[in-house]
Formats: sequence, C-alpha cells, structure tokens
Amino acid sequence: MTEDRLKNASRRQFIKGVIAAGAVVSSSAYLFRSIPLSGQPTAAGSVERLMTLNVNGQQRRVDVMRQETLAMTLRYKLGLTGTKIGCDRSECGACTVLIDDVPRYSCSVLTHSVRGRRIVTIEGLAAGDGTLHPVQQAVVDEQGFQCAFCMPGFVMATVGYLKSNPSPTREELAHAVSGNLCRCQDYNKILTAMMRGAELMRRA
Amino acid sequence: MAVIRDVMPAFELFQPATVDETLGLLERYGADAWIMAGGLDSFDWLKDRIKRPAVVVDLSQMMDLRGVRDVGGGLEIGALTTLTDLVRHPAVQQRFGLLAQAAELVASPQIRHQGTIGGNVSQDTRCWYYRSGWSCYRAGGNICYADSPTAVNREHAILGASRCVAVSPSDTAPALIALGAEFVLRSRGGERVVAAEDYFVGPDINITQMTVRRPDELLTTIRVPDRFAGAQFYFEKIRDRQVWDFPLVNVASAMTLSGETIQEIRLAVGAVAARPLRLTAVELAVAGKTRNEQTAAMAGELAVDGAVPLRHNSYKILLMQNLVKRAIRGGPMQGEGG
Repeated sequence: MTEDRLKNASRRQFIKGVIAAGAVVSSSAYLFRSIPLSGQPTAAGSVERLMTLNVNGQQRRVDVMRQETLAMTLRYKLGLTGTKIGCDRSECGACTVLIDDVPRYSCSVLTHSVRGRRIVTIEGLAAGDGTLHPVQQAVVDEQGFQCAFCMPGFVMATVGYLKSNPSPTREELAHAVSGNLCRCQDYNKILTAMMRGAELMRRA
Repeated sequence: MAVIRDVMPAFELFQPATVDETLGLLERYGADAWIMAGGLDSFDWLKDRIKRPAVVVDLSQMMDLRGVRDVGGGLEIGALTTLTDLVRHPAVQQRFGLLAQAAELVASPQIRHQGTIGGNVSQDTRCWYYRSGWSCYRAGGNICYADSPTAVNREHAILGASRCVAVSPSDTAPALIALGAEFVLRSRGGERVVAAEDYFVGPDINITQMTVRRPDELLTTIRVPDRFAGAQFYFEKIRDRQVWDFPLVNVASAMTLSGETIQEIRLAVGAVAARPLRLTAVELAVAGKTRNEQTAAMAGELAVDGAVPLRHNSYKILLMQNLVKRAIRGGPMQGEGG
C-alpha cells in the first residue's frame, strides 16, 4: 500500500481490514485442524475450496472453508458488511439475502451450497448511479427504522416477497416479513415504509 | 449457554449430485456422516459444537428429490421439496390441504423457503437440556435433566415417556400420519417402505433416535395415497409466538363423512410424546358415530387417557384434549377462543 493510499484510507476500510485479519486469526485453529478423512479429494461429491460466487451481479472468486456460512463469506471475505449477523441461528432475520430471488437466512446456508446461484445483498439493490431501490427510498421517506440493525434483513425479505406479490395488503406483507425481528419493536413504522416501498415499485 | 458466533469446527464436506452417490457416501462413512438437507436443524448442533461429525453430506446439489408428482390421485413428494414449494403446489392445496396447512405453520418464511419436508419429519427433538449438550439418556448418559425435581419442562412429554421426556417437534409429521402417508427409505441394499407413524420411534424402543432410519439409509420420497384426498381436514398448532416457535401441541385429522356420520378417520397429535402419536383408540371410538359435541367430548377424554404430566406441563393435557375435540368437531365452539 502506498503512502498516498494509506492517508486516504477511511475509518470504515480500516475497520474492515481489522475484522478480516481477526477472522483469519480466530479461524486458523479450524483451518489447520487435520481431518483424517480428507485423503480422497476426487471422491464423488467432494468439494473444492476455491469457488466463484455470483454476488450482486459480479463473479467473485473466493476461498471458502467447507464449514463456512454465506453470512461469514459475505461479511468477512467479500467485505459486504451490509448483511448483518444477529443471532447466527435462523432466529432473527438480520442476515436475510436473496438467493435466486428467494429470501433466505445467510447465517444458515453453507457458502458451498450456493455455487452458481444468484445472490443479492443489500449492497446490490441500488442502481449503478447510486439511485436507491424503491424499497430503500421508502425507508428514507418514511424513516421506517430506529437503530436499523435489522433493516437490511427486512428490506431483502420485502424485496424478495414483492417479486411474487407486487401488490400485497398490509397483512400479507406483515406475514411475509414475519421471519424478521426488530428489537426496537418498530414494526408498525417498518410496515408503513415497506408498504410505501411496494407502492414506489409499482409506480417505477 | 453462551451463543458462539464463529465459524463452525471443520468437517469434510460432500455434495453428492445423485441418490446413488449419496448412498455410496453413507455406506462408506456410516454413523460418522451427518446428512444435511435444509440445514435448519443441523446448524444449531454444529455451531454449538454439541455434535461434531467428521463428514457432512450436504444434499443441496441433489435435484432429483425435489418437487411433487401427481400419481394416480395421490402424491409422490421428493424428500428435498421445500416447505414453501409444498404449500404452493396446486395438488397439495386442492386435495391435501391438511399438509399445506401444517407446512405453512412451520417456523418462518425464510425457513420454509429452505427447510425440506424430509428434514422436517426427520429433525431431532428440541429438548434444551439435550440440545445444550447435557449428557442425558438421549445423548448416551444416564439421567434425564428435564424430569428432575427442579427441571424446566413446560414443553415436554405427557405421553409415552420412558426415561426421556423429549417431544417430537414436527408439524408436518402428524399431518402425514393423518393422511396415511408412507416413507420410502433407500440404502445400497435396497429400498423399504414404512408407514408414516412407524417412521418415528419412542424412547422405549430407541432412546437416542427419533426415527427408524439407519445411518446408511436416506429418506427419499414421501408417498401420500389418494385415500383422504379432498376429505374433511383439521389442523391446529398451538405455540407461544406465531412465528418460529415449535408446537406446544398440534393436531391433525382427516375424516370422511356420510351425512353427519363419521365414516373413516385418522387422527394424530404432535409435541406430546417423543413420536407424533396416531390416536388409534380415538379413531375406532368415533368411527360410525354422529359428528357432534358429544362425540367430540368423548374423543377428547379418550385421547388423554393415561397422560402423565411433569411438574410444569399439566396444561398440555387439557390443551390436547381440547384440540382433539376441535379436530373431531371441525373447529372451536361458538364463544370458545380461536
């Protein structure tokens, strides 16, 4: 890294670097734990660590441990920290991403199982010129969230649902995002924002 | 127990593309191999380091066990069909609404998008002593922590307990039993078909397993016969929260009527014993009777005959009794809570 780039390095990038380094250190024990059964790499169905992931329309080459979840890969290998890890146990929805347009908990998906699938995270919603996705714009318009840690999950769950039902009732949408928790208990305003997002999408 | 947020311990991963490849792996690694379908049950075990399999056989790349086929009025459901696909399938909705209702009430939308029918019926119990890694009977130890004087056992068994008091958590299992489904298990040695109610096993028979599946076998298909297609169905699940939660008690019934007379009925209850219970005695008692309040009351009383509560779960007896009543009657009474 040149001195110039060092000066311009943002706080965010620095933090991401520290996170990545930490992840490597803390996972090294697992990386190097020997497995007596791995002697036959050519066996049917065996898995190569180096893989290509289709994330937000880009092909990303990445080295993935066999036991790694998609949430870990997105955040700590690909730097896509918009996807949050709340419970890491399929119980909160903060890690929701779209896999082939379907909302899923990325904390509970093995990265190796989504090879060749189309993954979209919150970073992949806005247009190339920075124009927000209608659901994101609705969040801004309606100030739908308080702390917003759960927001990426709610937005992804909503965007996924609207693909199958573009004109939901408030009740239907509530059911659609029922797999997402908000600890601020801001559900009413979140739903208002998501309903507005649906409306903006229909107009667009 | 502290929740660990870290990568899981390493395991060897296989992603077979066909049933034959899978069976080969299961034969080779036997009980060392952990079968992962949707993974929703698996990840808790692996992340909490309670189970440490050397080999994980991930079925995510296997496409031939997905989907529902209409077979002569009945259904052949691939074990890897997601619960969402099941709920949305027209034949399931139109003729086997009981199964659609049960699947729709599982966990949350994201979990239903990923969780499979095979995994839902094969999942392990949620007893938290067991799942937290306590060395109880089910885990190979010699005590039941959920049935001790200070135990917290509000969610545990009232029937069929034998040392272990854990319960079956599945919502789709009672529905499949009520529909008279059959489960197809394949291994290198061949294929065997078991009736839905015989797929599950109680602690009196095998205290460390929930099902009769052997380590070298794979649940490939669930067959639903046409016998109860379009029959009168009733499914109800009682839980603490309306999302995510496992049932406190659930009930599923399928019946055919002639006028108001009950001709044929199958009835199953979940989360009251280690296996989903088919209530054969109740079925026999109500068959041929008029479907009315009296028959329903009799069925409810008979259903809980022999139930033994633990310290904190006596409510389950009344709950089960009322759910069976509703299943016979076809819903709550006027003025009774929904």
